[in-house]
Amino acid sequence: MTLLLSAWTIGLILSLLALGVYISYRVFKFADITADGSITFGAAMAASLLTRGVHPVTASIAAFLAGCAAGLCTGVLHTRFRINQLLSGILVMTALYSINLHVMGQSNLPLLSVTTMTTYAQDLGRRIAGHDSMMLLGWPVSARDFGSLLLMMAVVLVIALLAWLFFNTNLGSAMRASGDNEQMIRALGVSVENMIVLGLCISNGLVAFAGALLAQYQGFADVQMGIGMIVWGLASVIIGRALVGSDSVGPALIGTIIGSVLFRLIIALALRWGLNPNDLKLVTAIFVFGALVLPMAMQKVRRHAAAS
Amino acid sequence: MLQLRDVRKTFFARTPNEVHALRGVSLTIEEGSFVTVIGMNGSGKSTLLNAVAGTFFVDRGTIGIGENDVTRWPEYRRAAMIGRVFQNPFSGTAPSMTVAENLALAARRGLKRGLGRLLPARVQDELRDRVATLNMQLETRMHNPIGTLSGGQRQALTLLMATWRRPDLLLLDEHTAALDPKSADQIVRLTEQIVSQHRLTTMMVTHSMQQAATLGDRIVMMNQGTVFADYAGAHRRHIRAEDLVHRFDEIRRDERLDASAAEVLSDAYV
Repeated sequence: MTLLLSAWTIGLILSLLALGVYISYRVFKFADITADGSITFGAAMAASLLTRGVHPVTASIAAFLAGCAAGLCTGVLHTRFRINQLLSGILVMTALYSINLHVMGQSNLPLLSVTTMTTYAQDLGRRIAGHDSMMLLGWPVSARDFGSLLLMMAVVLVIALLAWLFFNTNLGSAMRASGDNEQMIRALGVSVENMIVLGLCISNGLVAFAGALLAQYQGFADVQMGIGMIVWGLASVIIGRALVGSDSVGPALIGTIIGSVLFRLIIALALRWGLNPNDLKLVTAIFVFGALVLPMAMQKVRRHAAAS
Repeated sequence: MLQLRDVRKTFFARTPNEVHALRGVSLTIEEGSFVTVIGMNGSGKSTLLNAVAGTFFVDRGTIGIGENDVTRWPEYRRAAMIGRVFQNPFSGTAPSMTVAENLALAARRGLKRGLGRLLPARVQDELRDRVATLNMQLETRMHNPIGTLSGGQRQALTLLMATWRRPDLLLLDEHTAALDPKSADQIVRLTEQIVSQHRLTTMMVTHSMQQAATLGDRIVMMNQGTVFADYAGAHRRHIRAEDLVHRFDEIRRDERLDASAAEVLSDAYV
């Protein structure tokens, strides 16, 4: 049960990463590898502020802004200096590795003795359960795990709602149109370049925010924690798309969140059944490969069937 | 309304694929006039339209719209004054967004886009009413993705979108060329109706001599990147499609003559 709860919670935290990837990958068709750097950037920023005694909420918001700055760099490299999408992301991601080391001052920063969001989550859990542990559906769980899950549900709900509202504003709709048909939205007076920069800002802000929450949940920030995160995000977005089968904003956002939680649960179960943790990234990459290739293969099969 | 002065554009300059698309075009279009632009493939007629729209910057010359010199304005900034319909019916609309969303985006052409809602109830009503005037039953499909509509329907909506806020200049780039004859007719009629209703200054590129002869009050003929003939006023009224075809045959014959003359000369002297 503890395993399930923690998988669920991490799935929710990483759904913020997935929402960020949704903006870059689904809205703009921009495979933004900056995410690998900005999730660590968010974690590093939050961790280093927290150890200096900054309030967890302030630290998390600072992490969001740090991510925005990273996205701004990638966006500017791509739109103003005309550097290829992937390369802009790689450059910023690589630069962030050094920056993250500077921000943390060491390669791993533990948060066990400082006040974090998890401290609040534990208080919340205690207030509901009345104890440090409680029974949930007949299983014993700790107040900390239960509180964290509730807190993350609330956070994700609020952010998803804000994202949905944003994508239905004049600005947010123009952003969606920029990804859908550049020529059309330019002819309607929108600078696609500015939209890409703004979109990548928000995207990486969310990714860094996820990093900040993840560091506080697991109790440390590590300079290596971002490796392969973009692929995690892509996997969640792709699962989400397959689940809801719709491109409109509301279903796509919900699908992305469910996709992230579901993917984390599958991985947790696979690990429980004996998957070697070292193989995790390999399995994830193969999964995303499959998800990208399968629709094409299916189409081919269908065309063959129609032809014969 | 529109002034072009000695506009020149060369694509792929200083490479073997160099194309002199515009070789010094000067043209003034009066407020409220409807100009059709015709020419053979590669004559520069679409390039001319794109130069005005700002798809690229010209190498030489100036472009003025109204009081503004827009020569160095990026495309999205000129869009505040220009409404456009493209040849490809898929180019003018965002396929995965709904009909209502596309129209609402167009309703803010050139305006600031902030955090106000795109589709408040009163805007939805207005959108539906104006779509109903198309008589295409599209008002029942306002919340379908626009990508599910046919090319003709999408082109009609693009035309509506381009003129939703009255543009200072309407640019139509062979906007019926990719449609079936019935849809093309429908779009031509709609174009006439919208242009005359709002008294729009319009530039329409077309490959159809018939359209050029029947629509508009002025014909500009392009050839090899220059304005080759310009019919306005009384001249324009006497032009029939056959006259235009005849004129093009003349160009073709002259060019062939040039080519064969060059051949004779090279045989004799090289």
